[in-house]
Amino acid sequence: MIKKLWIYLLLLISAIVITFPVLYAISASFMTTQEVNRGALIPSSFSLDNYIQAFKSVPLFHFLLNSFIVAFSVMVGQLIICSLAAYAIVFIPFKGRNFIFFLLISTMLIPWEAAFLPNYITVLNLGWINEYSGLTLPFFATAFGIFLLRQQFMTIPKELYESAQMDGCSRFRFYTKFALPLSKPILSALGIFSFLTTWNMYLWPLLVTNNNDVRTVQIGLKMMISAETGTAWNVVMAGVVLVLLPTLILLILGLSHLKRGLTQGALKG
Amino acid sequence: MSKSIENIERKNNKRQKAIKNLLTALLYLSPALIIMGAFLFYPMIKTLYYSFFVTNSRGETIRYIGLEHYLYLFESQVFRTSMKATFLFALYTVPTTIILSLFLAIIANEKVKGIPFFRVVFSSTLGISVAAGATIWLLLFHPSLGVFNSLLNAIGISDIQWLTSPNWALISVSITTIWMNIGFNFIILLGGLQNISEELYESAKIDGAGYWNQLFNITIPMLSPTLFFVSVVTIINSFQSFGQIDILTGGGPNNSTNLIVYSIYREAFENGFFGSASAQAIVLFALVLVFTFIQFKVGEKKVHYQ
Repeated sequence: MIKKLWIYLLLLISAIVITFPVLYAISASFMTTQEVNRGALIPSSFSLDNYIQAFKSVPLFHFLLNSFIVAFSVMVGQLIICSLAAYAIVFIPFKGRNFIFFLLISTMLIPWEAAFLPNYITVLNLGWINEYSGLTLPFFATAFGIFLLRQQFMTIPKELYESAQMDGCSRFRFYTKFALPLSKPILSALGIFSFLTTWNMYLWPLLVTNNNDVRTVQIGLKMMISAETGTAWNVVMAGVVLVLLPTLILLILGLSHLKRGLTQGALKG
Repeated sequence: MSKSIENIERKNNKRQKAIKNLLTALLYLSPALIIMGAFLFYPMIKTLYYSFFVTNSRGETIRYIGLEHYLYLFESQVFRTSMKATFLFALYTVPTTIILSLFLAIIANEKVKGIPFFRVVFSSTLGISVAAGATIWLLLFHPSLGVFNSLLNAIGISDIQWLTSPNWALISVSITTIWMNIGFNFIILLGGLQNISEELYESAKIDGAGYWNQLFNITIPMLSPTLFFVSVVTIINSFQSFGQIDILTGGGPNNSTNLIVYSIYREAFENGFFGSASAQAIVLFALVLVFTFIQFKVGEKKVHYQ
């Protein structure tokens, strides 16, 4: 009983410490400028003025839409391309299968941050600056995704594949009718993970966008800080809340899927 | 006679089938191979190539200079400061992140009412982008409006220049980073804890082992492969930090938070020196390679050990 009390106490204190920054941001997003300047913790009245101001300060709605388009495209692209690659590695017996798998997985050794300079030049030469393609295409294939789906596909019984082939089921049909539907939990884990990481991307969108056309909301936040600092932190916090809500909700809804996928990728790796 | 013809035919069939399989496989693999070739393998080789050249600001090579960029880097005071900051940052963030996440995973693995709520709360920072997270902390650290300085003032301590003092800036950036890292590490460690078989604890209980005894003799040893995995991933991530630096400090004051990726970014996009920026990128690559290698080597041992 006393142990339980201790646990609740520790859980509660930890929860307060972890959530404090976000709760404070939400609180500050409803404050008046005077309240923020005074260092208040709770707003005295509830008004959406800061949110309206945030949409006026920078084209926030447009940025949110861009982020959504980019994150969604990368999610779909990764699911298709990684699952196709993993499918070939698991189900098609071909010469050099191990070599190809090794080659794909070896990209885990290449940190994006060590390779982004030539990528910037490539995108520049292709004319993809300020284009969705420049923001999305480079991220359509990841070693993590291929590895995760390979592990998943290996759990599908070989007998199922063989009997389906006997019944005249083509390779591609087996991929769409059996392999993918049987892997729904892992596919949703990978989908959530790729959406989150793409939505949250910072360095690459900073480089390949220099006007508002396809600029993502993370860079929009940086613009807001330079546009509003010194005057309106409440408006900046309203912007922050709008940026973190979509992924926070996605995380909360998809946590159980995500946990299974990440744990599988991490622990069996 | 006819048998050998049959054999040849069978062999031909086999070969045809092998070729067909190879072509089909390549069809499925080609999108992944093209993307990874174009945006990971090619740029990595190109980065190495650039690092031996003087380039203009559009990334065209002008003059071959061999290892001069590298030699210059190790003499450069700015780069040395940057490397020192990078390692200090890893030292400040990695152990603290792991210990805090482990603590949270352990208390969130207790079977008490309402635990799913706490699990969501402790995972939540994974859903917060580096830009949004850093912007909140920028306000928390604000010299006059920030909550931290208000609290300090309330208990009679004078202001701390969280982000503008060379003694504090790296620590402040580290605190932000630790907070942001907790979500991911918590999820993985909790998964690891849940994989430990209940039977181990039950037999320990029969032997009369107490809570702390179980924690140090069962939980931590059984969790060691997972702990090792998250440590290496967190170290590698710390070497790749960029967003929080850009928003909180811009690498300052006096380059005290000029971590390596920020340094690469500045060298290439503010100074326009792609060549020497590439040499720095190769240093980063080597660092990550070393830690990944350690992970593979030790990870291998761990598997045998179990």
